[in-house]
Amino acid sequence: MSAAAIVMMLIAMTVLWGGLAVAIWNINRYRGEEPESVHRDL
Amino acid sequence: MSQQLDHAEQQRGGFSSRKVFILAAIGSAVGLGNIWRFPYVAYENGGGAFILPYLVALLTAGLPFLLLDYGLGHRYRGSAPLSFRRAHRSAEGLGWWQVGICFVIAVYYAAVIAWAARYALFSFDKAWGDDPEGFLFGSYLQAGDPGVGLDFVSGVTVPLVLVWVAVLALMVLGVQKGIGIASTIFIPILFVAFISLVVVALTLDGAATGLDALFTPDWSALTETSVWIAAYGQIFFSLSVGFGIMITYASYVGRRSDMTGSGLVVGFANSGFELLAGIGVFAALGFMATASGVAVDEVATEGLGLAFIAFPAIINEAPAGALIGILFFGSLVVAGVTSLVSVIEVVISAMRDKFEMSRVGASLAVGVPAAALSITLLGTTTGVYVLDIVDHFINRFGILVVAVASMVALAWVFRRTGLLRDHLNRDGSVKLGRTWDVLIGVVAPAALVFILVNELIDNIRVPYGDYPTWMLNTLGWGLAAAVLVLGFVLARLPWRASTPLDDPEVVTAQDERSS
Repeated sequence: MSAAAIVMMLIAMTVLWGGLAVAIWNINRYRGEEPESVHRDL
Repeated sequence: MSQQLDHAEQQRGGFSSRKVFILAAIGSAVGLGNIWRFPYVAYENGGGAFILPYLVALLTAGLPFLLLDYGLGHRYRGSAPLSFRRAHRSAEGLGWWQVGICFVIAVYYAAVIAWAARYALFSFDKAWGDDPEGFLFGSYLQAGDPGVGLDFVSGVTVPLVLVWVAVLALMVLGVQKGIGIASTIFIPILFVAFISLVVVALTLDGAATGLDALFTPDWSALTETSVWIAAYGQIFFSLSVGFGIMITYASYVGRRSDMTGSGLVVGFANSGFELLAGIGVFAALGFMATASGVAVDEVATEGLGLAFIAFPAIINEAPAGALIGILFFGSLVVAGVTSLVSVIEVVISAMRDKFEMSRVGASLAVGVPAAALSITLLGTTTGVYVLDIVDHFINRFGILVVAVASMVALAWVFRRTGLLRDHLNRDGSVKLGRTWDVLIGVVAPAALVFILVNELIDNIRVPYGDYPTWMLNTLGWGLAAAVLVLGFVLARLPWRASTPLDDPEVVTAQDERSS
C-alpha cells in the first residue's frame, strides 16, 4: 500500500470508529430515564 | 385525556431499554447497501479522498435528518401517519406515503435475503462452478425474458417462503420480544461475523492491493459535483431516514430518553460498519485481481454483481473459500433480516394505530399479502427484472421524493423544526442549535433535490435498463406514483374515536397543570 493510502485509511478509521467510540462514551456518561412500564406486548 | 394517551402507548408496546432501541436502529440502518454499495461508491468517487465529502454529508444531512425522524416519532408517539397527523392535521398523507413505500420495499427486499441464504448453502460445495454469472442467471434464477410471469423457481421460492415465515414470526412476537430481542442477538452476531470475514480477507494474497485501490486519494475528485452527490446519496440511503422507519422506532422509546446521543451512536455505527465493509470487500477484490493477474478496477463492482458474481469467484480461488462464503452471505442475511423487520414494522405499526388492530392481527394483515405478492412476483423466472425495476424507481422517485417533501413540509409549511429541536434538547446529551434548523430546512433538502433532479433528467433521457416501456411505466413510474396517491387517499379515512390525535406532550402538560 502507498503511504497516502495508509494515511487515508487511518484517518477514516480514526474519524468513523473514533466517532463511534466517543458517541458510546457520551451516551453511557449521560443517563436519561429508561422507559416506564408501557409495554403490553413485551 | 392523559390516561387515554397512556393506554394508547401501552397498546402499542415499546423497547425495554434505550440500548435495545439503539441496536434495533443500527439493525435497520446497517443493511445490504452498507456491504455491497458503500465500498464501490467510495472507490469510484475519489477513494481515500471520498472520506471528506462523506463526513460532510453525514454531519450536514444524515445525522440532522436522522434526528428529525427521531424527534417526530419520539414527540408524537406514533407510527409515521399518526406522528404526522399529530404534528399537523394536513400532514398525515406524508406518513401513509412512507408506509406505502415501505410495503413495496419489503416485497422485493425479502427476495435478496432469500438469494443470500441460498448462496450461503451453495458456498459449501461452490455450486456455481467456474461460471458464477452464468450460474446466477441460468441455473439459479432461470431468468427468462423481461416481463411478469408465473413460472416459479423452487430454488428461490422455498427460501423466500422461509424468510417470510421467520420475519412474520418476529413481527407477531412484537416490538420487544420480536424486533428487540432479534436485534440484541443478531447485531452482535453480524459484527462478529463481518469482523471475522475482514480478518480472513486481510490474510489473502493481494489484500493490500485492494486496500490501496480503495484508499489512495484522488484529490481532484473533490472538485466534481458528482462526487458530492454520491456522498449525500450514500449517506441518505444508508441511514434508513426519510421513510418512516426511524419515526416508528423512536415512538417505541421511553419519553425521557436521550435521543440525540442515541442518534450519534446509530449514525457512527452505521458509517463505521460501512468502512469495515469497504476494507473486507476490497481486500477480497484485491485478492481476486491478483489471482487473475488483472487490475482491481477490472474486478471492482457493486450490488448484485458484487454479491452473487464477484464473491463466488473469490470463494472459488481463496484458501478458506467456504468460510468466506458462509461469513459473507450469512452477514447479508442477518443485515437484510434486521432491515426487513424495520421496514415491515412501519406498515404494521401504522395499521395498528389507524385501525386499532392487535399485534397479531396487524402482522398477519400486512405480512400475508406482502409475502404472497413477494413470492408471486419475485419467486419466478422474471423476479430479477421486477426487483431491478422496482428497486431502481422506488428508491429514487419514492424515498427521495417523500424525504424532501416531509422535510420541506415540517420546516416550511407546518413549521415544526423549532418545536422538535426543543423536544430533542430537553433530554438530549447533545444539544441542537439553530444550525440544525438550517440543515433540515435548507442544506439537506437542497442536496436531495439536486440528486433527485439529476436522477429525473437521467431517467427521462435514457430509459432505465433494456426493459419494455410497459414494465418501466407500471413497475417503475406507475408504482412510485401509486404509493403517493394511495398515501393521501388512506389519509382521508377517519381515525377511531378512541385514538388521541393531540400532541401527547401538550396533553400531558395540560393534565399536570390541572391536577
